[in-house]
Amino acid sequence: MLEVRNLKTYFYTTKGVVKAVDGVSFKLNKGEVLGIAGESGCGKSTTAYSLIRLVPPPGKIVDGELVFEGRDILKLSEEDFRKQIRWKKISMVFQGAMNALNPVYTIGDQIAEVLMLHKHMTKEEAMKEVYKLLEMVGIDPKRAKSYPHELSGGMKQRVVIAMALALRPPLVIADEPTTALDVVVQAQIMNLLKRLQREHRMSIILITHDLSLIAEMAEKVVIMYAGKIVEYGTAEQIFLNPQHPYTRGLLASIPRLTGDIHKLEFIPGVPPDLSNPPPGCRFAPRCKFKFEPCDKEEPPVIEVEPGHYVSCWLHAKK
Amino acid sequence: MPNIYVPKPDSDTVVYVRDLRTWFPVRRSFIDVVRRRPPLYVHAVDGVSFDIKEGETFGLAGESGCGKTTTGKTILRLVDPVGGIIAYRPRERLLKEWEAIGYHPKFIDEYKSVDISKIPSKYLKPLRKEMQMIFQDPYGSLNPRFTVYKILEEPLVIHGIGETKEERYDLIVRVLEQVKLTPPEEFLNRYPHMLSGGQRQRVGIARALLLQPRFIVADEPTSMLDVSIRAEILELMMELKERYNLTYVFITHDLALARYICDRIAIMYLGRIVEMGNTRRVLENPLHPYTKALISAIPEPDPRYRKILRELPIKGEVPSPINIPPGCRFRPRCVTYDKTTEIQRYCETDEPPLMEVEKDHYVSCWLYGTPEEVRELVKK
Repeated sequence: MLEVRNLKTYFYTTKGVVKAVDGVSFKLNKGEVLGIAGESGCGKSTTAYSLIRLVPPPGKIVDGELVFEGRDILKLSEEDFRKQIRWKKISMVFQGAMNALNPVYTIGDQIAEVLMLHKHMTKEEAMKEVYKLLEMVGIDPKRAKSYPHELSGGMKQRVVIAMALALRPPLVIADEPTTALDVVVQAQIMNLLKRLQREHRMSIILITHDLSLIAEMAEKVVIMYAGKIVEYGTAEQIFLNPQHPYTRGLLASIPRLTGDIHKLEFIPGVPPDLSNPPPGCRFAPRCKFKFEPCDKEEPPVIEVEPGHYVSCWLHAKK
Repeated sequence: MPNIYVPKPDSDTVVYVRDLRTWFPVRRSFIDVVRRRPPLYVHAVDGVSFDIKEGETFGLAGESGCGKTTTGKTILRLVDPVGGIIAYRPRERLLKEWEAIGYHPKFIDEYKSVDISKIPSKYLKPLRKEMQMIFQDPYGSLNPRFTVYKILEEPLVIHGIGETKEERYDLIVRVLEQVKLTPPEEFLNRYPHMLSGGQRQRVGIARALLLQPRFIVADEPTSMLDVSIRAEILELMMELKERYNLTYVFITHDLALARYICDRIAIMYLGRIVEMGNTRRVLENPLHPYTKALISAIPEPDPRYRKILRELPIKGEVPSPINIPPGCRFRPRCVTYDKTTEIQRYCETDEPPLMEVEKDHYVSCWLYGTPEEVRELVKK
C-alpha cells in the first residue's frame, strides 16, 4: 500500500544543513502495523511529517518517492495532496496533540470541523458522525459538549484519535500516542488502538521511543539512528534475533519486569550532530564492535535472512 | 492476625517518617471567604509512614499525582508538612554545626534521631548539607546563564566550604571527576545548553554530591533521558552510593526500573502508601489490587503478546486529591471491591492501615485483615 523509497528530508538552518532523514526506505502492506523506533533526534518524527507532507520550515523533502496506492504522492501539487490524501487517506495523531486542542471550542465542534471541511457535511450531519466516532473511541457521546479542560489526559488523547479517524483513512500515523500518559492510561490507549486497528483493518505507523509499545502492536519494525534505518524486519526478527549493535544495545538497556535481573547495559556517548555527521557508519563512534571500514565508508544494507535487513559492516564482511 | 506497620527505628535507620501529611491550600475566591466556605486542601501526602536504613535505596513509585515527589520534597523540608514526624539521625558533623549556631536538638528516640519537621527554618542550613536532591529535569534545574563552574561553586559559597577560590576550584574539579565528566577543565566553562542530557544530569548529581551528603532524594533522575544512556547514569549513582555510603530515596513511575535499583519499594496512590516491602517480592507477588493493576499495564519488549488486548483490573480515573473518597481511597476504582461482597462494608467506611501480610511485605487493603482486628491491635 505504501512504499517509501530513499526519502531525504533536510532542514536548512543558518548553521548548515541538518540531514534529519537521510535515505529512508520501507514498505507497508494493507492492514499492517509498522513500528518506527529510535531515540530523540533520530528522525522518526520527521519521517512521519514527511509522509503527510507537513515538514515544518526550514525543513524540506529533498529527494525520494512516496508511493501510496500506486502513485508517487510527492509529485502531487499541495492542493491535490490536501484534497485527496491528507486526512482522507493518511491521517496522523500528532505528538502531544491532546494539549493542542482548542480550549474555547467543545470537542464535538472540533471533530465536526474535519467532517464539514472535507466531506461538506452540514453541522447536524457532522454531529451525528461525531457521536459515532466518540463511541468508537470509548467516550460517552454526551461528552461532545465538553471543553478540553473538562477531560482527563486519556480522554483528550481519545478525542485526538477520533479526529484522526474521522474520515476513516486506510493509514494512520501515530507519533508517540501515549507519551505523558500514566501507565494505566497508556495501556487503555494501546488497547483502543489495537481494537480499532483490528475492527477497521487499518494500517498504522506507530512511532515511539519505547520498544515495548512497538512489541505490543507492530508486525514490522524499523530501527532508526541518526536519520538512517539501521535495521528493518518483522517484530520477531528484531526482538528475538536483533543483528545491529545499536538494536542489541537498545534492547539490553530496557529494564524488564520479569526474569533474572541482569546488569542493564548502556550505549556510551551521544548521537552525532546531524548537520555534520561522521563519515562512514553514523553509529561507529558509539559502537563497541567498530573495526576498520566503519568510519571510512557507509555500510551497505544486507539481507541477513528473508525480510530482515541490517546496515552494518559486521554483516557485510560475512 | 496481621501486624500493623509502625516505623520502628533501629541502629541502622537513617530516616523514618510517621503519619506524614502535606496539604496545599486551594486558593479561595473572595466569595468563598465572604460566605465562610471552609478552606479546601489538596491532600498531596496524606498519612505516609516508612523507614529507610543506611545504605539502602528506597523506592517511591506511583502514577503522576500520587504524592511521591511531594513526599520526597517534604522529607528534605523543601515543602513543609502539616502533620506527622520526619525523623533523621544526624551525623556528628551536623550536631557540631548545630551547636555552633546555638541549636540544641531534642532527640526523639534512643538512636538520637531528630524530628526535622519541627526545626525552625533558620537552623535548616546545616541540615541541607546532609540531605540533597537530584532533580527530574536536567534541562530545567540548571541555571542557563551559569557555567558549570558557577553552578557548582554556588553551593560551596553558600555553605562556606573552601576558604579560597583555589580550594573551591579543586573541590569542583574533583567532583566532576567523580561523576566522570572528564577532563573536568573541558566542562568548567561550558553552559548547560552546550551539554547533552546525560552530561547535564551528571552536573546535577555533582551538585548534590559536592556537600558530601549522606542522604539523597533522586526524583526520577533518568526519566527525561534516552533509554540507551539511562543505565549509564544509574550505574554512576550506584557506584557513588557504594563509595560514599549514601542512602537514596529513588522516586520513579517505572516499576521495571525500580526492580533493578531499589532494595525496598513503596507504591503510592492518592497520597498514601498502598503496598510496601522488598522490591522483588512486591513486584513479583503484588497483593494490593492497585499494584496488580499497575503491573498488568506495563508493556514488555516481547512480540509474542502482540495485538492481544490487555486486561486492566481497574476502572475509572484518579479522583481529585481535594475530595478524597471516604473509607479506602482506592475503592471507587477497585475491581476487587466489586467482586468481594464480604469486605465491602469495611472498604466504604474504614481507611485500611498498612498490614504485614508476609514478612516485610505490607499491604493496605481489607482483603488481608478486618477493622475489628486492627482496632484490637491498636488497643494493645
